[in-house]
Amino acid sequence: MDTTQYMDVFIDESNEHLEVLYKQLLELEKNPTEKAIIGEIFRAAHTLKGMSATMGYNDLANLTHKLENVFDGIRYDRIIVQTEMMDVLFETVDHLNAMVEDIASGGDGKRNVSQIVTYLEKIEKGDQLEQASETPVNSAKQDSLQTITALDEFEMTILNESAERGFSNYEITVMLREDCLLKGARVFMVFEVLEKLGEVIKSEPSVNDLEEEKFENSFTVILVSKQGEQEIKNKIKKVSEIENVEINHFSNPYNYKNTNQQNDEHQVKEHTNDQTEQPATNAGKSTGKSSSSKTIRVNIERLDILMNLFEELVIDRGRLEQISGELNHQDLQETVERMSRVSGDLQNIILTMRMVPIDQVFNRFPRMIRKLARDLDKNVAIDIVGAETELDRTVIDEIGDPLVHLIRNAMDHGIETPQERLKKGKPEQGTIRLEAYHSGNHVFIEIADDGAGINKDKVLNKAISNDVISRNQAEALTDKQIYELIMESGFSTADTISDISGRGVGLDVVKNTIESLGGNISIDATAGKGSIFSIQLPLTLSIISVLLVELNKEKYAIPLSSVIETAIIHKDQIMHAHNKKVIDFRGKVVPLAFLNDIFNVPKDNTDDSDFVSIVIVRKGDKMAGLVVDSFIGQQEIVLKTLGNYLTNVFAISGATILGDGQVALIIDSNALIKS
Amino acid sequence: MANETLIDKKVIVFQLKDEEYAVSVQQVGSIERIVPITRVPQTANFVKGVINMRGVVTPVIDLRVRFGMEETEFSDSTRIIIVYMDEMEVGLIVDAANDVIDIPESAIEPAPEVVGTVDVDYIEGVAKLDSRLLILLNLQRVLSNEEINELKSVEG
Repeated sequence: MDTTQYMDVFIDESNEHLEVLYKQLLELEKNPTEKAIIGEIFRAAHTLKGMSATMGYNDLANLTHKLENVFDGIRYDRIIVQTEMMDVLFETVDHLNAMVEDIASGGDGKRNVSQIVTYLEKIEKGDQLEQASETPVNSAKQDSLQTITALDEFEMTILNESAERGFSNYEITVMLREDCLLKGARVFMVFEVLEKLGEVIKSEPSVNDLEEEKFENSFTVILVSKQGEQEIKNKIKKVSEIENVEINHFSNPYNYKNTNQQNDEHQVKEHTNDQTEQPATNAGKSTGKSSSSKTIRVNIERLDILMNLFEELVIDRGRLEQISGELNHQDLQETVERMSRVSGDLQNIILTMRMVPIDQVFNRFPRMIRKLARDLDKNVAIDIVGAETELDRTVIDEIGDPLVHLIRNAMDHGIETPQERLKKGKPEQGTIRLEAYHSGNHVFIEIADDGAGINKDKVLNKAISNDVISRNQAEALTDKQIYELIMESGFSTADTISDISGRGVGLDVVKNTIESLGGNISIDATAGKGSIFSIQLPLTLSIISVLLVELNKEKYAIPLSSVIETAIIHKDQIMHAHNKKVIDFRGKVVPLAFLNDIFNVPKDNTDDSDFVSIVIVRKGDKMAGLVVDSFIGQQEIVLKTLGNYLTNVFAISGATILGDGQVALIIDSNALIKS
Repeated sequence: MANETLIDKKVIVFQLKDEEYAVSVQQVGSIERIVPITRVPQTANFVKGVINMRGVVTPVIDLRVRFGMEETEFSDSTRIIIVYMDEMEVGLIVDAANDVIDIPESAIEPAPEVVGTVDVDYIEGVAKLDSRLLILLNLQRVLSNEEINELKSVEG
């Protein structure tokens, strides 16, 4: 079978199942007896096994099979979950992960796993000695009896459903006598009998081949029926020239059923206690299937192209709005308004299509922390809040590494060893809290630990000795500014360089990455209580809402995300504080920034009106009033860069093309507020 | 014939004041008439601003100012030559863009040391063609970022 076309799907789905495995294993560690978790793991392992076997990756399939066996044991209480086991299980999943990665990068997924297999087998046998002798027999039987393995989804669904409704699935192998002359006719007769008894789901060889007598002298069918085995057998045997009929309960290879359940005719007496769990398992599985089928996978490239095309459309929309405004033609205006509304909806949909839950990034942290905690001999729990928070795909792709870095940092420098923690009167187990939430046009991600916090003096001394700041500068710094020194380049507070963090190229990289995404990061800490790193990120990177303002004849755009409000005040209200112009804005003293002066806007004979227009912007908890000549209004714009020639223009973060085809610059109000 | 084209260099010839300059045709994307320019504050004085070049925001520089000549009003013949260089896309404002010609490699001489008062590191050579004297530009030097950054720090 040519499987290359399924490769991408296989890799994607395998990764999903591996995620489930990791996640549920972590849960299992917390609640070792929770049946739902065990079932979940079992299903993930089982599906992975089926998929990899179909794709021909036998090593992957075998290892998953071993894992599945262990969980089968756990499921039926033959094996008790123990802590030592967890490490082996995690390691198994690590191996599986490595195999899938190898396959994804074009390898054959082969890997030496003999040691882990031995462990798994030990676990499997350890607590079920009395069954050990029986199980291999059964699995061997399974191999020899189950001739039909390739079932499509539709067939599987029918089998699952039939089991729920109290039908039985049989695999019937009919042997015709060797001297049978009209094989096709006999087959037809057998089928006629079968159709009366129930429904034939599948036959091997296919019905067509059977009719054309393209088979030796036996064929196998899967029958769904309410009749008992013996009855079916007797009825089939009434057809002449039948040598033998073998009937087994069919266990769907893609849908696990205990091996005991294939009640071979000869084994019926040994295994009379038929499992009742099976329908339940099947029910869970089939509902899971139907809910997942409502999504399709789309190549991210196509979404990017869609986005680019839409950006063009937004520019033209602006142009159309402007033209219709000038022409003052009613029909045209109505049409353009309608189009604007529709394209507004379209924009929302395209943007949300590109949104993915941050869980994609967060979900790898629990196992990372688990592993790090072991390496560092620390006891750390992770608490994730808001994993469903959605972020633009491009941001998600970039944010993973910085977060890894921050978490490593918190593990290594923040959380103390259990002994130290006990000495300080803290619980032995440290906690790292990872929280994401939306606020306005931004997403906030906080990484908080309840560790030692940041040692201010140590940071200061280090910063001074590393020439990050001078001694004089150091005295004027606030606590927060001191903490933020650890993100300056050339700074690392780890006394010893460890494998986890502290290679000197740490947090400054994090800071740069986040700033390049249009976000910012701040640090707060309390000595002895822990520290919080908060990251603020824009929801999306390409289309933003802005307030257009005019400075003389020039148009500038101020991102709405940083605008608090606009105000028109009388000149008399401007006060002077230490040579700076400030205003009293709702009880707060807000400094003014005259954009005309900052941007050297050419002055023409300014009509001295008594009022000034002010845009109040904020950066964190600081505010400033930007003085402009007039407001134009709010608009959705497409962010464009100034190109590679003009880099680092002061207080300008980019440009956009307005409806009239002119370029307007986007003001980076963060640069205008001194922190 | 093949030999000839190999040693010929195709250039775009443009005018600044009363001198003729040339840039390799391979580096030129298009030649445009003057379009509205959006000023970008706090940049070097020869950076006139940015224009909308078919949806791409493109910076433009005034070559007169870049080369230390006096600025003039734009006229009907003023052109913007869009050039590509090291992933950069920049418009050069020139007095006029005259024609495209082939310069035989043999006609190109290195920039004479005595040429002038301005720093000549952006001149690649001089070609004498009949009665015309073409100054070949080294775009890399013309657009070097160091120059901008230097000027910026002086201003800032």
